Amino acid sequence: MSAKTLYDKLWDAHLVREEEDGTALIYIDRQLLHEVTSPQAFEGLRLAGRKPWRTDTNLATPDHNVPTTDLTGGVASIKDPVSRIQVETLGMNAREFGITEFAMGDIRQGIVHVVGPEEGATLPGMTVVCGDSHTATHGALGALAHGIGTSEVEHVLATQCLIQKKMKNMLIRVDGQLQKGVTPKDVVLAIIGKIGTAGGNGHAIEFGGQVFRDMSIEGRLTVCNMAIEAGARVGLVAVDEKTVEYVQGRPYAPKGDEWDMAVTAWMDLKSDDGAHFDKVVELDGSKIEPQVSWGTSPEMVSDVNGIVPDPARESDAVKAAGIQRALDYMGLQANTPIKNIPAEFVFIGSCTNSRIEDFRAAAQVLKGRKIADSVELALAVPGSGLVKQQAEAEGLDKIFMDAGFEWRNPGCSMCLAMNADKLPAGKHCASTSNRNFEGRQGAGGRTHLVSPEMAAAAAVAGHFVDVRDYL
Amino acid sequence: MDKIVKMTALVAPMDRANVDTDAIIPKQFLKSIKRTGFGPNLFDEWRYEDVGQPDSDNSNRPLRKDFVLNQPRYQGAKILLARENFGCGSSREHAPWALKDYGFDVVIAPSFADIFFNNCFKNGIMPLVLEESVVDSLFQEVFAQEGYQLTVDLETQQIVTPSGKVIPFEIDAFRRHCLLNGLDDIALTLAHQEDIKAYEAKRKLEAPWLFTHA
Repeated sequence: MSAKTLYDKLWDAHLVREEEDGTALIYIDRQLLHEVTSPQAFEGLRLAGRKPWRTDTNLATPDHNVPTTDLTGGVASIKDPVSRIQVETLGMNAREFGITEFAMGDIRQGIVHVVGPEEGATLPGMTVVCGDSHTATHGALGALAHGIGTSEVEHVLATQCLIQKKMKNMLIRVDGQLQKGVTPKDVVLAIIGKIGTAGGNGHAIEFGGQVFRDMSIEGRLTVCNMAIEAGARVGLVAVDEKTVEYVQGRPYAPKGDEWDMAVTAWMDLKSDDGAHFDKVVELDGSKIEPQVSWGTSPEMVSDVNGIVPDPARESDAVKAAGIQRALDYMGLQANTPIKNIPAEFVFIGSCTNSRIEDFRAAAQVLKGRKIADSVELALAVPGSGLVKQQAEAEGLDKIFMDAGFEWRNPGCSMCLAMNADKLPAGKHCASTSNRNFEGRQGAGGRTHLVSPEMAAAAAVAGHFVDVRDYL
Repeated sequence: MDKIVKMTALVAPMDRANVDTDAIIPKQFLKSIKRTGFGPNLFDEWRYEDVGQPDSDNSNRPLRKDFVLNQPRYQGAKILLARENFGCGSSREHAPWALKDYGFDVVIAPSFADIFFNNCFKNGIMPLVLEESVVDSLFQEVFAQEGYQLTVDLETQQIVTPSGKVIPFEIDAFRRHCLLNGLDDIALTLAHQEDIKAYEAKRKLEAPWLFTHA
């Protein structure tokens, strides 16, 4: 038998049938649902008189529209009536179709991509889908996780399968040891800076090498989360002892004999020696510096000690126009040092960086310090009720609040500003989220993607700084 | 789903790379629980001077005159000519819904983001990939000639320019078949339900925890 990649193995284990042209049906073990991309799917089922193939594989939680301020009124605490209807619709659909929902007010409610791994609802070896491009996150556990559109959400509800063609295999190997103050977020931003936002199009990316072996599971979740920002629907890390240890004892994880059986199966979830990758990219982990994005695409990223690029030095006309457009939108001059860019808003949260380790790391920087007077708002938004609870048990909320941050309730919040947390036009934000597109955090807002540690340091300084000077 | 076979239509140029789905349809319009009505908010932030809301009366909003789709010569366009990595970012199917609702049936680009590309087919939009140099020359022709139209023929897999030049295109056979016949994916898959059940029976033995603990 020929050597297989991790993606090959996961694909083969879920293949229901394959047509001659390669169009395949793959079986889906877990679908996560949130309020934004599911209502039309449920409506489609109703209109066609169809029932879910299996209800027990689905898990729903509202996240995008959820307010992060006062939640004591449950769904009624959503002031925007359009948002409220969407969250109510998720609840009604979950009840009508018999699907488990972690509703507002449930301690387990949070961002789907934080909740899935936290509950053990996403497991190694599973196929996972969600109507959300950041579903790639779950690949950190050795699961084959695809972000899908709403028609596909409906398709998976009705058939338990996804129509897919097999993607190509891409390996991103980062060896060496990360410098102190350099985080998983910096690693993935450096990767995107190198290969571009279309670099992984058509591929499933496996992240391999010493850096990922040494990385915690939460760090791997951060990296796989942003595979989509490199153009790949799927990001993967091989299963190891850390994965197994992370999963053990979580509410939805297998128990007893099934646990032993599962672990045996999971330990094979790695690429075989000599497996073929269509594309291989290598980075030296020891050379990665803390990253800050300066433009309107995640590939527009720089070392913190670098400068904003000059379109005059770009030979490709489309690219030069793109840089100029980004500078205009961001209100930046070419050749400005990154460290001179102000951070008027700070956002620590999102499915990329809202897990307990993220808050611990940011708190280390903030402890005994205050945010700069020039910072208008600094938000800390945990990824789930359980992350919030854990952080509070460790006293992290106090550190954030003493520093001048607002300590909020879980949700997607200012990552995409579907709730009330919006970045005002013209303001620069040090954000731990994943996208710096025009208007992403609020119409006219200027996003700079950074790690939690870098966001905390920027909050203290009032502009971007090298976090290594703060450790 | 409507069938698409052959069409001749006006082309509008979207001359920038990496157009993301947040730009195609901004987040505030994602709060709708319907599939229709997104057309007036397609490219909302680029198209209007103000910030639109789901309940805005779009007919009264100030337009950005320099935005391509606001120019009189591109009114009624059904083909969008775009640059590389069109549709990157969020998986929101609201992006193709907005394009379709506005009137676009075809998007031509040197490359598309994977999820967006897939979503197009589910909504009767043809995303066509052409060589970068070919796309470049189409941009030049569109800019040079007002009223520039292309004929797109899915059956013969050809695009014909006003000067009669024929540009062949590749398209996945299964997707082509679905578009030509207006087929529903779910019905096609449910025709294989015995295969799905057989897979489940086999998988239950290999990985029972996926069935007992799910």
